[in-house]
Amino acid sequence: MKSLIDGSESSLRAFLDNLPGVDKVGAEGRAAMLATRSIKTTSKAKAIDLAIKMVDLTTLEGADTPGKVKSLCAKGFRPDPTDASVPHVGAICVYNDMVEIARKHLDSIGGQDIPVAAVSTAFPSGRASMEVKLRDTKDAIEAGASEIDMVIDRGAFLSGRIGEVFEEIREIKSLCGDRAHLKVILETGELATYDNVRKASYLAMLAGADFIKTSTGKVTPAATAPVVLVMLEAVRDFYKLTGQRIGVKPAGGIRTTKDAIKQLVLVNETAGPEWLTPDLFRIGASALLNDLLMQRMKLRDGRYSGSNYVTVD
Amino acid sequence: MSTEIFEYAPAPESRAIVDIKSEYGLYINGKWVAPHSKKRFASINPATEEVLSKVSLADATDIDKAVKAARSAYNKVWAKMAPKERAKYLFRIARLLQERAREFAVLEALDNGKPIRETRDVDVPLSAAHFFYHAGWADKLNYAGYGDNPKPYGVVGQIIPWNFPLLMLAWKVAPALATGNTVVLKPAETTPLTALLFADICEQAELPAGVVNIVTGDGSTGAALVNHKDIDKIAFTGSTEVGKLIAKSIADRGIPATLELGGKGANIVFDDAPIDEAVEGIINGIFFNQGHVCCAGSRLLLQESIVDEFIEKLQVRMAKIRVGDPLDKNTDLGAINSSAQLAKIKEMSESGSKEGAQIWSAPCALPTKGYWFAPTIFTGVTQAHRIAREEIFGPVLSVLTFRTPSEAMEKANNTPFGLSAGVWTEKGSKILWAANELKAGVIWANTFNKFDAASPFGGYKESGWGREGGRHGLAAYLKGAK
Repeated sequence: MKSLIDGSESSLRAFLDNLPGVDKVGAEGRAAMLATRSIKTTSKAKAIDLAIKMVDLTTLEGADTPGKVKSLCAKGFRPDPTDASVPHVGAICVYNDMVEIARKHLDSIGGQDIPVAAVSTAFPSGRASMEVKLRDTKDAIEAGASEIDMVIDRGAFLSGRIGEVFEEIREIKSLCGDRAHLKVILETGELATYDNVRKASYLAMLAGADFIKTSTGKVTPAATAPVVLVMLEAVRDFYKLTGQRIGVKPAGGIRTTKDAIKQLVLVNETAGPEWLTPDLFRIGASALLNDLLMQRMKLRDGRYSGSNYVTVD
Repeated sequence: MSTEIFEYAPAPESRAIVDIKSEYGLYINGKWVAPHSKKRFASINPATEEVLSKVSLADATDIDKAVKAARSAYNKVWAKMAPKERAKYLFRIARLLQERAREFAVLEALDNGKPIRETRDVDVPLSAAHFFYHAGWADKLNYAGYGDNPKPYGVVGQIIPWNFPLLMLAWKVAPALATGNTVVLKPAETTPLTALLFADICEQAELPAGVVNIVTGDGSTGAALVNHKDIDKIAFTGSTEVGKLIAKSIADRGIPATLELGGKGANIVFDDAPIDEAVEGIINGIFFNQGHVCCAGSRLLLQESIVDEFIEKLQVRMAKIRVGDPLDKNTDLGAINSSAQLAKIKEMSESGSKEGAQIWSAPCALPTKGYWFAPTIFTGVTQAHRIAREEIFGPVLSVLTFRTPSEAMEKANNTPFGLSAGVWTEKGSKILWAANELKAGVIWANTFNKFDAASPFGGYKESGWGREGGRHGLAAYLKGAK
């Protein structure tokens, strides 16, 4: 990768300050226009299967238990037990302590190809010492996580200590090495402005993120269309600068097939079709999968069966 | 890496909702009448060249009949009616336009060639909004700042263009009726169908006979309307060439005119602009409505330091413009309105290449039938080129560059027109400075082609006389108001 900064905080700051601003009205207008795209029939069928492959099927509750996680793994592996043509999801996303259970269960049911993603670095707030964050990540990797969804320190970012944020990501990245893919959660709902979303996107990419992710799912607003648009513009332009394709993961608030298809349209017309692969685009969601399955059934059977014809988990 | 191709399957809006008659008469005095000449001409769908209907060619006799009907309706009904009663008719028309929005959207797309996404999201809602807005003014004219009890002119002759057929009808008819005038309206030769459907709305709203008369025809019909002795005022939107003819013909008659004419709008992008949104704004500025927009941002003035980066982003974005079937809900750019207009765009485009500018067109497949032109930009354009000076009225953008802010202003103003301009910068003070420097009727900052019934629209210099919309637009229909 071509080096855009020399590693010093001043060069990082200069780079980020030099990024063009985002006009709020314009970005929201573009996102709203793309939301009017009408995706029907064959393209809808294709989009639904693609979206299923991109789902990071997630449970991040205090009430999570091994039983809950195992059934989530089974659901992710065979989303529709009555139809083997339904692809499996992109990954199973859980808290640190559930990683081992998820990994073992997936392996035991034939889901070796499905990665386990762990939320990390004192998720969701990121309020812990670096030592704790590193240990958190190390635990997850050792338990079998091959994807790490870390949070950035939004407090540091908002108070202008961008060097600290950069350094944290860099350290976590070096811990991940080639053992785990690193997704960096910006928590855009707390960054508040599109200018900040753009800056944080570049900051994460410069520090070594493999993916940039919108949200933890614990804060609203989460993955709004304009936020995803700005992030997709960032990965598109970063590729132009470095030749490296970084992935994007919207998470939080994407519950329906319509929402998911709107995300795919955003990808298609912003970053481009090269990003329409689970390697470069994921959707963090829990409820979405069943709506995708119901819409898939409707396309297949010509009628809408209702929620009792898909499994709850 | 497995890359999926995400093709959008055709998503056509159904045309079953519109009922196009095989032929139309003239709508005069609340009745459909055959034209005196007995001549009819075809209105075609420019996307397919299919004949949609045959409409009447009105001559001077028909115009006389329509003006007499309007005069009689003015004297007997409309001028006497209490303003709040007039308002009710306007509100009714506005609501009917909303209720029948899909019908108008589909018909406009068929007759004009513009995409359904635009007729559905722009033309029809804005038309209804214009009637709602002016309905509100009808009984408040005493408070518009034009003195106590301002008076209408009487019978207004209105001639509208083919680029926004229904919307321009709304811009003309709504303020005229709200202020108490009656109307003889002539829609454009190539796009008469939504105006004829509007006659249906007038019927449904039970508008008194003769208040709105709709006469279709060609240039000779327009000339007969302009030259009729009993017209009290002319309102025209169209080319500067015809605008000048109208100005001449009314010069010795002492009647007023509002003229909304051509433009060569400059969209000025400074190096501190929000680049991605500026790219969108430039796209919208020139490719909205196939570039058939008098206030189009047809000249892009780029600060030299960002030229390469910006042009590249613009081309990437242009390649994503979806050109094709106007009724497909995913179409961004529809058909050119007529073969004559297509010929003009081609001629101008050839002159650009001949004069030494570099042409680039988006690599899109164009349908074989109908009138089509791919989104195109010219780089290396100078002020001396025809494509920098003359209105093309098509999806063709001329790119010029500047070094300093004052050079940008100088180039932007160096045109006989003065209708619109756009300024793109994140620096607020620069926007305010540029707005003072630019000689244009509408200046958009970090956006483009945004319209609102409350906002006056109109130009400087050869772009026209008077304003439409807002409080200022009322003055055009009230005696002695300025």
